Amino acid sequence: MKKIQWGWLKSSMLAVALLAFAAASSAQLTVTGAGASFPYPMYSKWFDEYHKAHPDTQINYQSIGSGGGIKNITDGTVDFGASDMPMTDKQLAEYRTAQNQGIQHFPTVLGAAVPLYNVPGVSGDLNFSGPVLADIFLGKITKWNDAAIVKENPGVKLPATEIVVVHRSDPSGTTFMWTDFLSKVSPEWKSKVGANTAVNWPVGLGGKGSEGVTGTVKQTANSLGYVELLYAKQNKLAYGKVKNSSGKFIKAEVDSVSAAAAGVEVPADFRVSITDPKGDKAYPVSSFTWLLVPEKIKDPAKDKAVHDFLVWMIGPGQTLTAALDYAPLPKSVVDMEKKALGLAADAPVKSPAKAAPKKGK
Amino acid sequence: MATSQAVVRPANRFFRRVREGNEIAYTITVICAASILLVTVLLVFQLWNNSGIARHKFGWSFIGSQTWDPVNEDFGALPLAFGTLVSSALALLIAVPSGLMAAIFLAELAPPKASDVLTFLIELLAAVPSVIYGLLGIFLLVPILKDHVVPVLKSTLGWLPIFSGPFYGYSMLAAGLVLAIMIIPFIVSVSREVLLAVPVEQREAALGLGATRWEATWQIVIPYASRGIYGSIFLALARALGETMAVTMVIGNNPKIAMSLLAPGYSIAAVIANEFSEASSAMHAASLTELGLVLFAITVIINGAARLMMLTTAEHAK
Repeated sequence: MKKIQWGWLKSSMLAVALLAFAAASSAQLTVTGAGASFPYPMYSKWFDEYHKAHPDTQINYQSIGSGGGIKNITDGTVDFGASDMPMTDKQLAEYRTAQNQGIQHFPTVLGAAVPLYNVPGVSGDLNFSGPVLADIFLGKITKWNDAAIVKENPGVKLPATEIVVVHRSDPSGTTFMWTDFLSKVSPEWKSKVGANTAVNWPVGLGGKGSEGVTGTVKQTANSLGYVELLYAKQNKLAYGKVKNSSGKFIKAEVDSVSAAAAGVEVPADFRVSITDPKGDKAYPVSSFTWLLVPEKIKDPAKDKAVHDFLVWMIGPGQTLTAALDYAPLPKSVVDMEKKALGLAADAPVKSPAKAAPKKGK
Repeated sequence: MATSQAVVRPANRFFRRVREGNEIAYTITVICAASILLVTVLLVFQLWNNSGIARHKFGWSFIGSQTWDPVNEDFGALPLAFGTLVSSALALLIAVPSGLMAAIFLAELAPPKASDVLTFLIELLAAVPSVIYGLLGIFLLVPILKDHVVPVLKSTLGWLPIFSGPFYGYSMLAAGLVLAIMIIPFIVSVSREVLLAVPVEQREAALGLGATRWEATWQIVIPYASRGIYGSIFLALARALGETMAVTMVIGNNPKIAMSLLAPGYSIAAVIANEFSEASSAMHAASLTELGLVLFAITVIINGAARLMMLTTAEHAK
């Protein structure tokens, strides 16, 4: 008799504990994402601000790299992924087989790759056109005073020294932008090397991470590399201009990068490369970075939380970008994303707390 | 009394042994020892399993191919295995003579107090994380090589193919040097212990026969301690082969086979560390895993050869 009572007590305690646990977990919903490291400072700011405005939603983001983000979302171990490179058709097919549904790309911010150099005796911005950059990275132009470089930099005294090419040794979204641009402007680059987050470099030294490339360029006289614009700005590095499709040499800035996104026809699935775009003011070596969101996240509460976050991201979220040197999305892309999120194109994007009021409060 | 003890039942005996602690100690130690085997088996199993598609696609040509092209998903291990072996060999070439000499000084010639202080410092160096050695390489070694060492090398030995071509600092030579600095502490501290363990009688006998101090050290003590010294060298080699961070920071990360030590290279461990987290496709990830398998095989072969060599020298000694 006593034993049975004990059993009752135990199971009722367990039930109470479970209820308490369930209550605690419903009070705060935790959504998990993983992927690209380039937008991590922006995402972490966004998720923090969003959590302040919506204490019931906590978004955790692990900056493990774009490849890892695509792998994790395909395996279903995270609620959403993030990548600096759009998923390929093959990856989309793999996702569909694994998760039995489709996945959507949502551009969040823009990044750009800028040429970084260390040429003794040269101060000020050097100008580079795409074909010249491609020839340098192919190892065809080997000297700084090559006629092709001199022609683009009238009045600059360039030395007769070997160009030391520096690139990323770890796969990176920056490398994707850089090689994607070179592929568009140089048929030879396209056929010999191609575009990817990591490629088979014809020449050069590899540095690990933006800091590795920057360190190598700084230490190696007559070197030329590329880094992410954000990194160059935060470390106050001098970088060169790149010629766009209108024939103008443009310096990468938040505005010229946003202009690049406006100069491209963005398809409905947002999987688009925006390197070498149209537009006078567009900087040609830039790219979106994307959140990868399943069409339907299995947990409806999480599905709604991610949707609400995306609505917030294209609205108030975009105003936070400039402070961190990220280029915001142009209006045309924001309007398309509104449509993809099921909002009217002219809907005011404000805090989703108003768009979707919490029940019982 | 005697009879009552004789009829203790087996179960009771077991519990008594448990109380005495023997069984528990036996169980714990056997589990710990078995877990080593388990980890090794799991390691090979995982590497084998996860590299499946790459092994299937490339077969044995993976080992002989010189391409590392993530865009076209064409991968080969040769330049990376080359970089691993050459940088480690270069490191040994520098570290073994200097490490051994330092160990002889510390064990045989130095005043005991100086020896203790220096040994403590050397053991401290062995515990420094490798990324710190990488920084040392970038900020100290590479500039010194570039500004002072290599110009001299080029003007005197520049005709040798191993010192040909332009030098940018980040190179196989820099990697070998950083590795050498990293493994010298291993060689010194283990070799010193081994030399100190040589019985005093050995030295006394040699000196008694009229040998000088150096003759006694070089002809009696060193041969007596040779197995332990080999052991220290193989321990150092194992660290050099697997070293990742310091190598990737100075080797230049370029998967090409070059005769010149001044050219940049790449190593297996470095490419895995660089590319695995962002591997762009399943084939890329599988190829990196297969590289892990290749590195594992290299380590096993070299350690096996080392064992064999030590066995044969032991037989010679008899």
